[in-house]
Amino acid sequence: MSTELPQSSVPPPTGVDEPSSAPTRRTFIATTTAVGAVVAGGVIGGTLLVDDEVAAAGAPPESRVSLTVNGTRRTVTVDNRTSLLDLLREQFGLTGSKKGCNAGACGACTVFVDGRRVNSCLTLAVRLEGAEVTTIEGLAEGDELHPLQQAFVDEDAFQCGYCTPGQIMSGVGCIQEGHTGSPEEIREWMSGNICRCGCYVKIVRAVEQTAARK
Amino acid sequence: MHPFSLTKAANTREALNAGRKGGRYIAGGTTLVDLMRETVERPETLVDISDLPLREVSVTERGGLRIGALVSMAESAAHPKVRSLFPVVSEALELSASAQLRNMATIGGNIMQRTRCTYFRDVTADCNKREPGSGCAALHGFNRMHAILGASDVCVATHPSDVAVAFAALEATVHLLGPDGERTVPFADFLLRPGNTPNREQALRKGELITAVEIPALPRPLKSGYLKVRDRQSYEFALTSAAVALHIRSGVIREAKVAAGGVGTVPWKLPAVEKHLVGERPSESLWAAAAERAADGARPLDHNRFKVALLKRTVERQLRIVGGTK
Repeated sequence: MSTELPQSSVPPPTGVDEPSSAPTRRTFIATTTAVGAVVAGGVIGGTLLVDDEVAAAGAPPESRVSLTVNGTRRTVTVDNRTSLLDLLREQFGLTGSKKGCNAGACGACTVFVDGRRVNSCLTLAVRLEGAEVTTIEGLAEGDELHPLQQAFVDEDAFQCGYCTPGQIMSGVGCIQEGHTGSPEEIREWMSGNICRCGCYVKIVRAVEQTAARK
Repeated sequence: MHPFSLTKAANTREALNAGRKGGRYIAGGTTLVDLMRETVERPETLVDISDLPLREVSVTERGGLRIGALVSMAESAAHPKVRSLFPVVSEALELSASAQLRNMATIGGNIMQRTRCTYFRDVTADCNKREPGSGCAALHGFNRMHAILGASDVCVATHPSDVAVAFAALEATVHLLGPDGERTVPFADFLLRPGNTPNREQALRKGELITAVEIPALPRPLKSGYLKVRDRQSYEFALTSAAVALHIRSGVIREAKVAAGGVGTVPWKLPAVEKHLVGERPSESLWAAAAERAADGARPLDHNRFKVALLKRTVERQLRIVGGTK
């Protein structure tokens, strides 16, 4: 199965939902504070840009990349700045992977690339030619949940659920890597996934039970 | 993030050509992409080096270890030879970052990573490292995490790597390949103290590429390990850390390799501690007396005076863990 996305179907890089070219909160605040108004840079497609980014926004370099996502081969042209996370969410509509910190500090964006768990927010999509990506959407077998997904349900291992897709992907990696010898070992090897609701006890239990059933 | 073009190097020659023209090498990208998003880094061209044949871990003829620059942190840590010959390297790696980041980040990239100083990462703050001549907001700012050793009046940022502390302790060498050929640089000379040029962080020439880090053979038996002290138990940078390797024969310490992390502008080798240990028999009092020298020359800042005592205790504890007592 192959999905060819023509170039025209790709949203422009400066669109509202293209955070890789948007200013960070910090540069936004700094820019607006410096001039005391929201006219510092310019508004393109509803997004405020700082001056030098406006100048550079003419033709940001793009590249064509083919990768397999959850078993489906996809070819797409992306702004080089696009992260795998933004590609998945904004262009492929796979919104299971979440954007938390967008800096590799929270783990909400965890997916598998070529069999290894990684932070998709720090992965440049353009570098994934030929890669195999698995997201939370690709974990279940039809209607049958992955055992760790089921364990999260059984153990009630979440409250708000925002970190859950990342926790589950990371947990699958943790089990595959064999770091489930004790609750302490699971905690250490799951430490790249932060849960603000504090569901760690139940998350660890879900990972532990799934590992034991293998 | 500023726009950039990207080329993928099929071989080292292509990489060096692109590097010579000013392209920035990207491997795991965990630091670079993050800093590009903050616009701290603004490369015009990235050179993807992930296809280069630098992924081997091999035992050298004399019994040392050579780790290819593109071996991931996870693979390096789990490698049976790294684990058996130099546990301090495996431990330092596995106490770094998260499992996800260790799958992405490489050995070469790890020692190239840039400081976590919040003012360096904030493009609206004064920072001589990011913008030479602009000043140092950390010097009299919130400097709890900053350096007490090796700093200058223009920069007090720490080097954040853990495994670099192990490499410094073990006196590793960095293998480089550049337009003018290969060369090796002792680890102690590879990472630069800030002085008046904190923007210059490594002894790299334009276009040079790290190909491997080599740990020299050390007399056996060798016991080694890494201790990291931090604000939370995992997934956090060090307040202080200690890498220790000891060769003890017939009850006497014959070789001692010790370095500290989280306290210096570069991984901080502790020759005074090493000298105090060599020729002596392990004992509780020896560990304490040797560790007393760990903070020699320290110049703490307003918010990190605690690091002086914490460093000594970190080194003392790790000497005891590795060397035991008799």
